[in-house]
Amino acid sequence: MNVEKFNYDNQIVKLFLIATVVWGIVGLLVGVLIATQLYIPELNFGLSFTTFGRLRPLHTNAAIFAFVGNAIYTGVYYSLQRIAKARMFSDVLSKINFWGWQLIIVLAAVTLLGGFSTGKEYAELEWPIDILIAVVWVVFGINMIGTLIKRREKHIYVAAWFYISTFVTVAVLHIGNSIEIPVSFLKSYPVYAGIQDALVQWWYGHNAVAFFLTTPFLGLMYYFLPKAANRPIFSYKLSILHFWTLIFIYIWAGPHHLLYSAVPNWAQSLGTVFSIMLWMPSWGGMLNGLLTLRGAWDRVRDNPVLKFFVIGVTAYGMSTFEGPMLSLKSVNALAHFTDWIPAHVHVGTLGWNGFMTFGMLYWLVPKMWKTELYSKKLANVHFWIGTLGIVVWVIPMWWAGITQALMWKEFTPLGLLKYSNFLETVLQIVPMYIIRSLGGLLYLTGLLIAAYNIFKTMAQGSFEANEAAEAAPRGSITEKLKYGMIHRYLESKTLLFTALAFLAILLGGLVEIIPTYLVKSNVPTIASVRPYTPLELEGRDLYIKEACNSCHSQLVRPFRSEVERYGEYSKAGEFVYDHPFLWGSKRTGPDLHRIGGKYSNMWHYLHMENPRSMSPGSLMPPYPWLIENQLDLSSLKSKISAMRTIGVPYEEGYEEIAEAELNEQAQKIAADLLDSGILIDSDKEIIALIAYLQRLGTDIKIDVAENK
Amino acid sequence: MSVIFVLIGFSSFVAIMFLAAYIWAVKTGQYDDNYTPSIRILFDSEVKKESSKSNS
Repeated sequence: MNVEKFNYDNQIVKLFLIATVVWGIVGLLVGVLIATQLYIPELNFGLSFTTFGRLRPLHTNAAIFAFVGNAIYTGVYYSLQRIAKARMFSDVLSKINFWGWQLIIVLAAVTLLGGFSTGKEYAELEWPIDILIAVVWVVFGINMIGTLIKRREKHIYVAAWFYISTFVTVAVLHIGNSIEIPVSFLKSYPVYAGIQDALVQWWYGHNAVAFFLTTPFLGLMYYFLPKAANRPIFSYKLSILHFWTLIFIYIWAGPHHLLYSAVPNWAQSLGTVFSIMLWMPSWGGMLNGLLTLRGAWDRVRDNPVLKFFVIGVTAYGMSTFEGPMLSLKSVNALAHFTDWIPAHVHVGTLGWNGFMTFGMLYWLVPKMWKTELYSKKLANVHFWIGTLGIVVWVIPMWWAGITQALMWKEFTPLGLLKYSNFLETVLQIVPMYIIRSLGGLLYLTGLLIAAYNIFKTMAQGSFEANEAAEAAPRGSITEKLKYGMIHRYLESKTLLFTALAFLAILLGGLVEIIPTYLVKSNVPTIASVRPYTPLELEGRDLYIKEACNSCHSQLVRPFRSEVERYGEYSKAGEFVYDHPFLWGSKRTGPDLHRIGGKYSNMWHYLHMENPRSMSPGSLMPPYPWLIENQLDLSSLKSKISAMRTIGVPYEEGYEEIAEAELNEQAQKIAADLLDSGILIDSDKEIIALIAYLQRLGTDIKIDVAENK
Repeated sequence: MSVIFVLIGFSSFVAIMFLAAYIWAVKTGQYDDNYTPSIRILFDSEVKKESSKSNS
């Protein structure tokens, strides 16, 4: 038999592997810091760069795209070559993939700390970085599909199917959600507004969980779990069935992030129904993983790799049960906006993504460095300390979420809110925040132990950048790429053909859909809802810059407890000029949709300067720089015209008088502050933020007043 | 709200892509054999003994 000799590229796997460990430590470190800031606000250090609002997106982006992202690449670059029995399609593309991704991470860190943010969760990065992400992601895709095309093994093992679906879907999601109109080099507005933006954002956000945190890791599970256990997967048939059902159903479940919001009911129900359906394919994956170890549990006892995999897959099963449960409207009414949601997310990330990654690393490093693991004992210590970390992280947050939600909803016999001061419900759960941060610290300690163990293993082994391998060539298909024969070649390469066709259709679709979309929008409008004034618009951008929406929602749900606490529930028509929407997903502080007019300008000024002066015991960090910084008006004109382009009805030529109107409104606020004894120039950032806060949710109040 | 139609469009599109991929997978025999692929990946294709720097 004819045997071909070739090399596997281990160097690229090594690079991604080291990046995984390094960014993992960074991401977790920031996580522990922000968890601690929630009960020691002094740790915000009074600096804009180190304040919770700036660090929180840094933590999520570092954890998801830097730590988990590099882990995906590590696993894919190792396993894909072995599945295909071929070296990666192109070493150059591999290198572009690696260095491009690390560049994105560094740019992300710098811009997020600087407050350059789109305000959309898990998609905070601004447009130049978005473009870079799209390019690097497509490079990864081409490299992957190219490798599959030149594979020697006829059969594509199921793990690679998960990789392919990851590439295709993340590309669609990222591009779809990032359609934004630039106003300057690092500032843009999404073309979508209000409930539309909310739907697109959570279509993206939910499927980022699905196709960045789930499908690639299922692929990794299907390769590394059988390899580590040295047993075939429990049922290959089940893997096929659950793959197709999972990827099909996941896409539709996004609206479950918007239950009881201003999004129409039928869209909410669609999200709920698909979420419940998702339970079965998810558990198909979990069971297939766990049952692979059937009859081999004695190996789990001795093998740290398998221990990590068992907890990882179990955590996957738990969070994919919890997800559908949280999508039930009655459960969601309680859990949404509380700490239950981060608890749910962290079962998935710490348990599933983290532990699957650790298991993979402990298996890969000895294998690639041709040695034994430096210390099995340390790996076991990591396993227990990490497991304990997850438990200590998650349980207090479940507890905190339910406690606080019940307090929000509790009425006295007289029909008044029992805990009318929001802060009271926050202070109640501070002990839980303290325990949670300790859980994070334990988990981080585990990773540090792992880093040491991995480093020592590398040092004692010998690494081979190019590992020799041999395999029989794939049968029959031998069409060669020649000039004049390109299409013939493509025809024989189905996957490549599919990918190209896909790109073609996608572009066509975008070109057709978007203009019609920009021209006309059929969101139910409310006559009294007007565009933001220039000052309010600038204030809103500051709100986005400081990521106030990390902790404050802008969505009053139609419950008695919320209407009583915040005011009239939020209507779809109120958000038509909100590019982006700022509903938020977590109420660490109270909802702000009806904050306008509730407090005086002076109150807001003093509160931003030092929240504890107005709300003793508040966890909110102070924002003293807003009082010192001058409002930057350099892109005001392009902001107005960009907003007009995406459908906000500013009159033609309004940008010419916008600055004058802005100054006029700012001077009024400054004069009002002066009446209250606060002397401040009208050109400071705080003035714009106050203008925006005082505007929030007031359009509809005018409406009610006029109708009466 | 009109974005829901765009999203349904995109979503159906992704779903159709997966359907097409599924049909392709079945037709090219990816699923003809539901057992040996799971065994096959357990065998390493790496060359075991020789130091391999001369091979390329």
